Amino acid sequence: MSARDLYQELILDHARNPQNFGELEHASAHSHRENISCGDTIDLYLLIEDGRVAEVRFDGQGCALSTASASMMTEAIKGKSLDEVQQLTNHFRSYISGEADDLDAELEDFEAFQGVRQLPARVKCVTLPWVTLADLLGQMGE
Amino acid sequence: MMRDLREYRRDFPILQVQVNDKPLIYLDNAATSQKPLPVLETLDTYYRTYNANVHRGLHALSEHATSAYEAARRKIAAFINAPKPQEVIFTRNTTESINLVAQAWGRKFLTSDDVVLLTEMEHHSNIVPWQLLSMQIGFQIRYLTVRPDGTLDLSDLDRMLDGVKLLGLTHISNVVGTINPIAQIAAVAHRHGARVLVDGAQATLHIPVDVQALGCDFYAFSGHKTCGPTGIGVLWGKYDILEEMDPFLGGGEMIESVTLEKTTYAAPPNKFEAGTPAIAEAIALGAAIDYLTGIGMARIAEYDELLSSYAVERLGSVPGVRILGTAPQRSSAFAFTVEGIHPHDLSSLLDTHGIAVRAGHHCAQPLGRRLGVPASARASTAFYNVPEEIDALVDALQEVKKVFGYVSP
Ligand SMILES: Cc1ncc(COP(=O)(O)O)c(C=O)c1O
Repeated sequence: MSARDLYQELILDHARNPQNFGELEHASAHSHRENISCGDTIDLYLLIEDGRVAEVRFDGQGCALSTASASMMTEAIKGKSLDEVQQLTNHFRSYISGEADDLDAELEDFEAFQGVRQLPARVKCVTLPWVTLADLLGQMGE
Repeated sequence: MMRDLREYRRDFPILQVQVNDKPLIYLDNAATSQKPLPVLETLDTYYRTYNANVHRGLHALSEHATSAYEAARRKIAAFINAPKPQEVIFTRNTTESINLVAQAWGRKFLTSDDVVLLTEMEHHSNIVPWQLLSMQIGFQIRYLTVRPDGTLDLSDLDRMLDGVKLLGLTHISNVVGTINPIAQIAAVAHRHGARVLVDGAQATLHIPVDVQALGCDFYAFSGHKTCGPTGIGVLWGKYDILEEMDPFLGGGEMIESVTLEKTTYAAPPNKFEAGTPAIAEAIALGAAIDYLTGIGMARIAEYDELLSSYAVERLGSVPGVRILGTAPQRSSAFAFTVEGIHPHDLSSLLDTHGIAVRAGHHCAQPLGRRLGVPASARASTAFYNVPEEIDALVDALQEVKKVFGYVSP
């Protein structure tokens, strides 16, 4: 695999200019995670209004893959209902694990991570924001 | 250009492998070293021609296996200048060797009033076994601090050693490459009545080790980091200390006599080698040691130093690259960061050039925290690496910076 296959321009764009980056003051839910293999951290904040994601932000220390994944994820879930967010999470899981090859329109940017799917150690980086999101969904379901 | 040891590269079949269609440049020797042909052949010959259990059979194969296994023990004793081969205990790796000291020595001799002194540059394997034992016994753990240049702060050594019963420290840091002045530290520790355990995981591939000159009480290392196979490690300990220790695991081989009520234990080293050991691996570690001593550890150390300074100079000249630790006495593990590029991305990108380095916290999180660098990339060389491979790393880093040109948020 070449460097450009792995780090497609879309990933580098998101890594350089992450969307929805920073703390969210009035979050209704917040979750923190660490990637134990590198010590990377992520904080994810959601503001839920009328059962929908009104606002979402993330911050922390991450590699290009986890930063880009978090950035794309926040874009994908903004405005979605919690059920839809849950579906997107499942959809992401089956794509990144290689169970599914096709991506719905909402997650089509994640196609850029195609090459990463062959690198199990790096799949963790891409997955970290989504696991953190699953934590939040779990918290809110309680 | 320096005189290198490239003639030995042909003994390592793996150095011919292609990765991502590029010739492999293996710079992850601190994680595990590669294995030369005599080691591979020893494993093969053992299984093909004299595989048998040791110390148990009275038949020819068992005698052959036993004598090869014990010959390996003698080779290892000579390799580290141990006074007696019976002081060499076979374990699985450095981690198990340290756990053996914690369980068989620590559990017997440490009390809640005692102190164990470690350092901030230890690998997790020389921290966690002590924390686990301390939860049971309740002794205090203290740490020698690391200075920004990656050396131990020894200014307060006497006070730090006050009340200490065991000092555990690494010979060479697996992150910043610092070679610690063990002999000097051990002498002070002994004045305070402390036992000294040295983690030699990063030393045995790079410098001559003489446990008597170091003046330590225990020395631990891993076969797989010494050109030998995985699954075999060594704990050396002074004989009188080994004698007074409790056994480690219970089972066959470690007993003198067993009745239903009571067991008396065998003498060291058997006391600590319960069960069927890693026979093939021990014998093959003996072959690795023959191989290394055939080259000469002094020669290897001399080249290690040359290649290290070359690497420091070349890597240090790349804009944005920061090498962690600048100890004057250093071996060939170099942790570094590249401005604006996360170590994981760096490692993946270097891999696309066929270059293997490690990225992360290198199992030394306290050290990373002390240096303010939670994660870094690490290149680590062995005697079979050549200066062109450092050049290739430097070129690849320039290339990676071009691809990335990315400033982290
Ligand atoms: C300094 C140091 N100590 C201990 C270890 C643990 O070695 P092993 O995993 O072979 O037990 C390592 C290697 O990872 C090391 O570099």
